[in-house]
Amino acid sequence: MLHSVILAGFGGQGVLLAGQLIAYAGMIEGKHVAWIPSYGPEMRGGTAHCGVSVSDDPIGSPVVEEPGALLAFNLPSLEKFEGKVTQGGLVIYNASLIKRGVYRKDVVGYPLLANELAVDAGNPRGTNMVMLGAYLMLSGATGIGSIRQALEKIFASKGPEVVEINMKALLMGWRAVQGVVQKGA
Amino acid sequence: MRTVFAPPASLTKDPFHYCPGCTHGIIHRLVAEAIDSLDIRERTIGVASVGCSVLAYQYFNTDMQQAAHGRAPAVATGIKRALPGSVVFTYQGDGDLASIGIAEVIHAAARGENITVVFVNNACYGMTGGQLAPTTLIGQTTTTSPGGRRVENTGYPIRMAEMLATLDGSAYIARVSVHDPAHVRQAKKSIQHAFEVQLAGRGFSMVEVLSTCPTNWGQKPVEALTWLKEKMLPQYPLGLFKVWERSEVNAS
Amino acid sequence: MKVLMKGNEALAEAAIRAGCRLFFGYPITPQNEIPEYLARRMPEVGGTFLQAESEVAAINMVYGAAGTGQRVMTSSSGPGISLKQEGISFLAGAELPCVIVNMMRGGPGLGSIQASQSDYFQATKGGGHGDYRIIVLAPGSVQELADMTVWAFELAEKYTTPVMILGDGTMGQMMEPVDLDTIPIKTGHSEFPWATTGCKDRPKRIINSLYLDATMLERHNQKLQRKYRLISEELPRAEAYHTDDAELVLVAFGTAARIARGAVDQGRANGLRLGLVRPITLWPFPGEFLLAATTGARKLLVVEMNTGQMVEDVRLVVEGRIPVHFHGRCGGMLPTVKDILAQIEEMGV
Repeated sequence: MLHSVILAGFGGQGVLLAGQLIAYAGMIEGKHVAWIPSYGPEMRGGTAHCGVSVSDDPIGSPVVEEPGALLAFNLPSLEKFEGKVTQGGLVIYNASLIKRGVYRKDVVGYPLLANELAVDAGNPRGTNMVMLGAYLMLSGATGIGSIRQALEKIFASKGPEVVEINMKALLMGWRAVQGVVQKGA
Repeated sequence: MRTVFAPPASLTKDPFHYCPGCTHGIIHRLVAEAIDSLDIRERTIGVASVGCSVLAYQYFNTDMQQAAHGRAPAVATGIKRALPGSVVFTYQGDGDLASIGIAEVIHAAARGENITVVFVNNACYGMTGGQLAPTTLIGQTTTTSPGGRRVENTGYPIRMAEMLATLDGSAYIARVSVHDPAHVRQAKKSIQHAFEVQLAGRGFSMVEVLSTCPTNWGQKPVEALTWLKEKMLPQYPLGLFKVWERSEVNAS
Repeated sequence: MKVLMKGNEALAEAAIRAGCRLFFGYPITPQNEIPEYLARRMPEVGGTFLQAESEVAAINMVYGAAGTGQRVMTSSSGPGISLKQEGISFLAGAELPCVIVNMMRGGPGLGSIQASQSDYFQATKGGGHGDYRIIVLAPGSVQELADMTVWAFELAEKYTTPVMILGDGTMGQMMEPVDLDTIPIKTGHSEFPWATTGCKDRPKRIINSLYLDATMLERHNQKLQRKYRLISEELPRAEAYHTDDAELVLVAFGTAARIARGAVDQGRANGLRLGLVRPITLWPFPGEFLLAATTGARKLLVVEMNTGQMVEDVRLVVEGRIPVHFHGRCGGMLPTVKDILAQIEEMGV
């Protein structure tokens, strides 16, 4: 089983970190993982994206050409990557900033008011965690427990409060898509 | 019988290949005498450059590395960083140091790299046949400035000692000459002092030595010494441009 | 213990474990994580990190440090590696060991910063002036990149030669699980009979590549060639994947090999008998391995992130016995599994 996902947004939305958490959690679960970022000038104030693969088998190309899922944090990201998602794939998009639905009829779109949910979680910078939570709920790419472990590793120096505040935002995203019917198509 | 004069231990027995009247031989000897008198031969690593002194690695009886054109200060940096307890010097001409290698020497000085640079300035490229150097005097005839150096074409001579003295990383910068015995004695003191600065860990030291090139200047050896004195000294004044005194170390 | 690391960082940490205590570099994308990591780590282990004024200066600092017999490394990408070629020629001529990393980006000129394999010719055919070769290693994963770094230092000392790790932007930037604990920690450095360390109680030593006498320089070149022949006999290394029954064998290195492996997997799932040969040493090129692994193949397809460079070595090896096809993307674009399979379908297995 291969889970491949592209996370895309503008710099500062935490897309690279959210992608690393998926890879880290997958590694903790003993899976094969690869994470690959965009890099260079386009990171300086422009869009940033990364591709993550989590698989039971060794990963061939680390480059995510046709992701099974897209996490679009802003409109340019949705426009750039919507066409690359595999048929039947997931498109989770930040409806706080994206005021249109998904154009494609052969993918499943989930709008998420990620900015508002992050504020509700008491973590206005936690948009990335909200989006990640929704993705994990819908894809099962990794378990929530291993995401917590990954957060504990990555934020080891920042203390347990930082882990908790991020987990809270993640669970907001998770619950927001429970039982939600497909929209946007 | 008492020995009153002998070759320095820091020179090999290889005869120099330098032209008659060239002062490289004198400067080699001064460097070797400084190394001998400080008793540092066994921990000295020299860096030969590209130019007439390319074969310096044969003449100095210390461990030697031969560097690419202009890169001697970078090579010396690598050696010194690997072996901080060693004594490292470069021996470079004006084309090597002031033209192709100007970035390397400026940055070595700016870093305060704890090395000693012996810079031999004879106002031309000797090895390749007397072409224009950055230190060639205005009006001076060379094989690539056959009508004399023209400012409109190649600008002005570079005074390296003055330039490097402006950098905070340089600890000792002097310009000396070897056109007569009194100046040779002064040059010897200066070169030895440059090594002492390195031994005290003070940073970058350079001695610019004005030198003759009778072959490429088209002059007899004695004429060349006179030409150095009369033409080069006004352009390249002798003196100390950055001074380090032993007392500074004691005080700090 | 496995950790998730970028290729560039895993390489840098592996160099520390391998006993490298001297690094001279200059910033250029996409390899900046190497100098940045070592700027932090070297002081912790008593080593030297120095940002040089240029790539030219950096490689010559490497020359000076290598001449003392200590493990030393530099890293760069495309344009910076071009600037280092003068120094690499001198290092090869003076027979000094060192490790040079090229995380390739698209060229020519300033090109782009995206991953490419456009420096294969430069790396494997000499690169600088004069008749010389350097060992060139191509990593296929972050773990292999780390292990290869240690191997590179060992090879450099064994054969007294510069060794280049030829990665690309993708390999440097991607994160994968890596276990660095398996890499033994080396401390101190070996004694070499050529190292210039100060001539206490021994005759002076000279590090040099100048031989003004033609007969001497010819002799020196012949000696180098004998060394290169030995390396060509002892060192070639490659990996075969599903080649036993393959009718069509893909040949690719580095990131392109990862993509090609994806194509093999997907092609096999669709019933195509595909295999892959991945050269790990690019110089020496693993020609005999390639021949042995493709005896049953009817066609070869070389996949590269350039306009066709390694394909020339593959053609030299097979000498026309098997048709050799090429699939390449360049300028920072990557081949895709889909496009590779489309070409295979067009070719007919």
